[in-house]
Amino acid sequence: MTPESFAAFRALLYKEFLRFWKVSFQTLGAPVLSTVLYLMIFSHVLQAHVTVYGAIEYTAFLVPGLVMMAVLQNAFANSSSSLIQSKITGNIVFVLLTPISYREFYLAYVVASVLRGVAVGLGVWLASLFFVLVLPTSPLWVVVFTIMGGAILGSLGVIAGIWAEKFDQLAGFQNFLIMPLTMLAGVFYSVHSLPSFWYGVSHFNPFFYMIDGFRYGFFGVSDVSPWLSLAIVSVFLGLLAALTLRMLASGYKLRG
Amino acid sequence: MSAAIAVRGAVKTYGDVRALGGVDLEIQPGEFFGLLGPNGAGKTTLISALAGLVRLSEGRIAVMGLDVVDDYRVARRMLGVVPQELVFDPFFTVREMLRLQSGYFGLGRNDDWIDELLANLDLTRKADANMRQLSGGMKRRVLVAQALVHRPPVIVLDEPTAGVDVELRQGLWAFVRKLNEQGHTIVLTTHYLEEAQTLCNRIAMLKAGRVVALDDTANLLRAVDGHTLRVKVEGVLPADLGGAPPERDGDWWVFSSEDYGQLAERLVRLRSAGVQISEFEVGQPDLEKVFVDVMRRAG
Repeated sequence: MTPESFAAFRALLYKEFLRFWKVSFQTLGAPVLSTVLYLMIFSHVLQAHVTVYGAIEYTAFLVPGLVMMAVLQNAFANSSSSLIQSKITGNIVFVLLTPISYREFYLAYVVASVLRGVAVGLGVWLASLFFVLVLPTSPLWVVVFTIMGGAILGSLGVIAGIWAEKFDQLAGFQNFLIMPLTMLAGVFYSVHSLPSFWYGVSHFNPFFYMIDGFRYGFFGVSDVSPWLSLAIVSVFLGLLAALTLRMLASGYKLRG
Repeated sequence: MSAAIAVRGAVKTYGDVRALGGVDLEIQPGEFFGLLGPNGAGKTTLISALAGLVRLSEGRIAVMGLDVVDDYRVARRMLGVVPQELVFDPFFTVREMLRLQSGYFGLGRNDDWIDELLANLDLTRKADANMRQLSGGMKRRVLVAQALVHRPPVIVLDEPTAGVDVELRQGLWAFVRKLNEQGHTIVLTTHYLEEAQTLCNRIAMLKAGRVVALDDTANLLRAVDGHTLRVKVEGVLPADLGGAPPERDGDWWVFSSEDYGQLAERLVRLRSAGVQISEFEVGQPDLEKVFVDVMRRAG
């Protein structure tokens, strides 16, 4: 990257950061609140009935899953909503007219998505301290899976934001793909508690590995090896990044 | 020296629709160039291809000798485009927008030039206002400022005065003229033909994706029989005044000619014939007539 192209990337990243920061009540505060409501309700209902991995209290088990769910959903929301709004209002032209390359474009949107995901995830974790103290035992795993998970969902957000021409198409992508894959990825349960069929199906869900690897960073135990999760998440991120970059390079739905 | 803009065999098709049907065009540095045509003629497609917003099916376009596809990074630095649509980002203030736009061009510290642009476009008082709070005219000025943040040598204005009040229009043209005098190449598309006639030294007319006229503005105007003398007379007009007979337009008699000399001669003849002239008007050829003629001939 030349100094000029780095400056261009930084400007676009800053713009994407400002875009969610200026409406942080909606983009950070609201998702923290709704995730904490999950924590309150589920922990209240199930705390006395469920323990996971032998000795981990359900509320403690729930915290990393909810934090990661918040990271993933908000990373997706950031890039997808920014792109579709820019396309529909037409102001995407301000970026398309400039020397910013498709790689810088991709990187700026994905990094901004990770930042928002991290901000919301951090907010959820801080709020969870009112209920239970859950500290990471291996912070590096937490950081790695946060960044990679945020980048994967940021990339999916770029794909959805470019593909969708209307807000309801984007909502369809979010409600029928992202939400089920997140909810069925072991946020609220260990996959070992599932019937064997659904246990097997869960292993085809890449979101499961993001959440399971992230949870390993907190408890040092997980449903599958964190190295397997890392490998699968890395391959998935690589494939998605390649697909997104190919879309951007071709000008699909951006440059006629 | 490279042409400011060189378009070679530009073809753009959308399915069966041919938006550009092989456009060749060269615009020299420092020109104030008009790109005219009816709706759907291909003006905006051509500008979009120039700006990299649309990819040509065939042909090439270069800005200051730099291919807009192969050398897009440098070519886009050479070009400032004011889009036709009144688009804005509702999250930002005017100054934030201009700083961000500078950043996209790799310019970190650009506040001096931004201040100058704001002053020239009478936006200084609105620098810290959110884009949503601005009137349509103000938003249009911000679009102009955004197109100029990186000081491009070539500036494209795609219908910049559509829906803009007279005061802003005059201010905008004074500023654009100044930029042209400083050496910037200006390309203007507009449906206000009197603006194009006043401002542009050369004009291309497009119809159905093809260039159907391309010449100096003065030559285009000379090509039409556009000088007219309209007179109201007391009594009857003598039968023989020489030249083509006048046409009747209500109470007026209309003499047409290619130049003013012949019309002056008609006036002298009327006076010598003792005709009492109660009113008269002299009409110049205008671009609207040229445009209508060209479009009709182009079929």
